[in-house]
Amino acid sequence: MQQPELSILIIDENRIRASIIEDGLREAGHTKVQVIHSVNEVARTIAATTPDVIVIDLENPQRDTLEHFFSLSKVVQRPIAMFVDRSDRTMIEKAVEAGVSAYVVDGLKKERVKPIMDMAISRFNAFARLTRELEEARSELEDRKIIEKAKGILMKTRGLSEEEAYKLLRSTAMNQNRRMVDIAQSLITAADLLGP
Amino acid sequence: MSLVTVTAGFLPLLDSVLLVLAREKGFAEAEGLDLHLVKETSWANIRDRAALGHFDVAQMLAPMPLASSLGLTPLATPMITPMILGLGNNGITVSAALWQAMRGEGAPDDLAAGPVGAALKRVVDTSPRRLRFGVVHQTSSHNYELRYWMAASGVLPDRDIEIVVLPPPLLPDALGSGGIDGYCVGEPWNSVGVAFKGAHIATVKASIWRASPDKVLGMRADWAEANMEIVAALMRAIHRAALWCADAANHPEIAAIMSAPHYLGQPAEIVARALDGRFDVGAGVIRTVPDHFIPYASAANFPWKSHALWYYSQMVRWGEVAHMPANAATATACFRPDIYRQVLGPLGVPAPIADFKVEGALSTPAAIPASPGQLTLLPDGFFDGRTFDPERLDSYIDSQRLLT
Repeated sequence: MQQPELSILIIDENRIRASIIEDGLREAGHTKVQVIHSVNEVARTIAATTPDVIVIDLENPQRDTLEHFFSLSKVVQRPIAMFVDRSDRTMIEKAVEAGVSAYVVDGLKKERVKPIMDMAISRFNAFARLTRELEEARSELEDRKIIEKAKGILMKTRGLSEEEAYKLLRSTAMNQNRRMVDIAQSLITAADLLGP
Repeated sequence: MSLVTVTAGFLPLLDSVLLVLAREKGFAEAEGLDLHLVKETSWANIRDRAALGHFDVAQMLAPMPLASSLGLTPLATPMITPMILGLGNNGITVSAALWQAMRGEGAPDDLAAGPVGAALKRVVDTSPRRLRFGVVHQTSSHNYELRYWMAASGVLPDRDIEIVVLPPPLLPDALGSGGIDGYCVGEPWNSVGVAFKGAHIATVKASIWRASPDKVLGMRADWAEANMEIVAALMRAIHRAALWCADAANHPEIAAIMSAPHYLGQPAEIVARALDGRFDVGAGVIRTVPDHFIPYASAANFPWKSHALWYYSQMVRWGEVAHMPANAATATACFRPDIYRQVLGPLGVPAPIADFKVEGALSTPAAIPASPGQLTLLPDGFFDGRTFDPERLDSYIDSQRLLT
């Protein structure tokens, strides 16, 4: 027997991440997917779509509000629990580590929810990785700019070539067991202090 | 010697101060602990991450270990508290418009819960719409105190008004935008509402239920069992932090520490006022509440089992849990005075001999049987004069049933 399609609601203040999750669900064949960015809209949305599964990011400060809403709601006809099965601790831990939580209506089979959670967890993790890589790339670029500036100072004040300036920074860093960017930063600060 | 890492979750509230000082003033390090503090965005996250073991311990609302142990919350896990993180600290703040209406009905601006509640009752009776109040979590001291105050003032919370849940830092904004008419929250969020949203502090926890616990050091029961040495070291550090915090001479430094963005992120002046119990209740009117926040005096850190039982009685009252002896026993067992005595006794910290006391028995400060040494308790009890005798739990619950 064909089971009725699950209705899924995503609540995430981060619009990019929300759309990544939404895409994942649609790729997996879900068509009843709704996305909202604020818990304030939740009453209206739940009344309109009666979701079976609600996925929410853990950074969202309004989880308490959402839970209280479930406890009062006459719109939600079946009680809602966090995750489908308290005994499935591994999945719950993975989800919380990834920064995502889910609420599921009572009576829903674990097998039906698991693929949704697995997808949400892996996409949350991928998004976090992406954000981290972006951050690293950005700080690498910053580091390079600082080193360039320090090289310029050495070239000007000591009359060194670019390669010599670079080697001096590198050997100083190695001798002092510090990062090259830290040496470069100290040099820039010192040059600023000593004036033009 | 390498330090043992302990991870603690907290919310930006004044009564995270003992955890913060344990770290910032080196009390934890002196006990061999690297106390790692993680600021959270919601009580739901504190609850879940404590249950899953992401946090070893956490600043928790006093009823949270009960709710988790009683299975009222997701990931229900037996939780305990061996130590209270202070008495008091909450207030009830209302919008400028609601305060004006209450003023018109005779509310005094001296924070007295009784007359202010009576004025609220008259406003509610004539209000064309249901007023909406915010609390910070369902199973919170705030929810039960707000409801107690209203019910004792003749306002039935589930019939006459609406209660919504929002995390502490969002309450002043919600009030400012007209989403709610009032809220019950810990400092600094009452004073923030006054300073930035034109709100008025109507009454305080110290007037509703004097010398009562609010936040606790919560942890999983099995983790505590397996790590009693770490628990003891952390409790000693928090004890020293509490002693240090109790000295008013340290308040300016504490206010500076707590005002930092990674803790409260609010002006030091507001934090200092909350520590001193000296409030701008609205429109520049200054009121002093000496027992507003008690970090140490009056056995503030001692987990009275009768306090756990009172919170349990309110969970029953508002339909969150069925009253039965097994549930009452589970709730009582969450507060662990035995651990408190075992850990802090050797330091010469006096602890009450009894585990239970009658709330409302003391109207003046009084010495109680303690060991080691002497102990004086501040007046306790409820603004409506009703006492709570833990030995008469059933009749207390019955009497409250009539009032809901």
